[in-house]
Amino acid sequence: MTSLYLIGGAILFGLGVHALVARAHLVLKVLAVNVMGSGVFMVLLAAAAGGEGDPDPVPHALVLTGIVVAVSATAFALALILRVKAVTGRAHLPEGEGDAESGGS
Amino acid sequence: MRVTQAVSGALAAMLAALLAVVLWSLPETQGLRDPVAAAMDQAGVAHPVTAVLLNFRAYDTFLELGVLLLAVLGAWSLGRHTPLPARPVPGPVMPGTLRLLVPVAVVTGVYLLWAGSHAPGGAFQAGAVLGAAGVLWVLSRPRDLPAPPSPLLRLGLVAGTALFLAVGIAGLVVGHGFMGYPPPWAGALILIIETAATISIALTLVALFLGGAPAEREG
Repeated sequence: MTSLYLIGGAILFGLGVHALVARAHLVLKVLAVNVMGSGVFMVLLAAAAGGEGDPDPVPHALVLTGIVVAVSATAFALALILRVKAVTGRAHLPEGEGDAESGGS
Repeated sequence: MRVTQAVSGALAAMLAALLAVVLWSLPETQGLRDPVAAAMDQAGVAHPVTAVLLNFRAYDTFLELGVLLLAVLGAWSLGRHTPLPARPVPGPVMPGTLRLLVPVAVVTGVYLLWAGSHAPGGAFQAGAVLGAAGVLWVLSRPRDLPAPPSPLLRLGLVAGTALFLAVGIAGLVVGHGFMGYPPPWAGALILIIETAATISIALTLVALFLGGAPAEREG
């Protein structure tokens, strides 16, 4: 049963990586990092459930810590995005193929 | 652009497959169950996750509170928050529901804080519930929310980290090492730290939701 969660975590991580690279909008990038984080948490929880007896408390504590850090980092990233939007007028990376093109626009 | 997407999709799929294969073949271990169970008699609390969070790995939790504080400071340093958009008065349903929900949330939060010593629960769960109540409050009464006085707000945000640090240094002075508690007092100290942490976490979540330094009030 835990292997289902292990594989699910790996898939979530992969989906997050793809979205992080492929999407230009900054909010989507932040969401992608969150999806990656959820994958990692799933893997940790599945690892905690492996073995015998009650779940291992140490990975549980790690995930609890990780969730709070992820929430605060996301909030800070969103605040940064608001700032980027206020300064540059857009909340996504330039669509151009290279730095030269994006620098000119 | 299409090509980039296809390449990134293929690479991400390969990465996911690689991770899945590695994780699949991971041996099942007992992890740290046995060391934790062996040390539970000096933890001061009966629930292993709380014991790990607030005692065995108190360092992690302290630094986590530090990260929360840093996130607020970072968000505040980006400027004052624009007041919440002046939406139409949200109608009678939300404030009415809120009047019923906030007391329930406060009771639930305090219960979760207390339950953390012997059951799933603790400062973070309690802080999240109270923070959610605060966010709902902010959303339903955007105009006439009485912001707490600035020094009190700042004190509340720092309380968890500061108290944790103070207790940690006291442990160092007394001779139990940094972040070490004398076992007979561990339960009481953990409860005090968790109470302060709950207040800080709830305030931090609401402050991060507002996303900027509170406007200085005149006078």
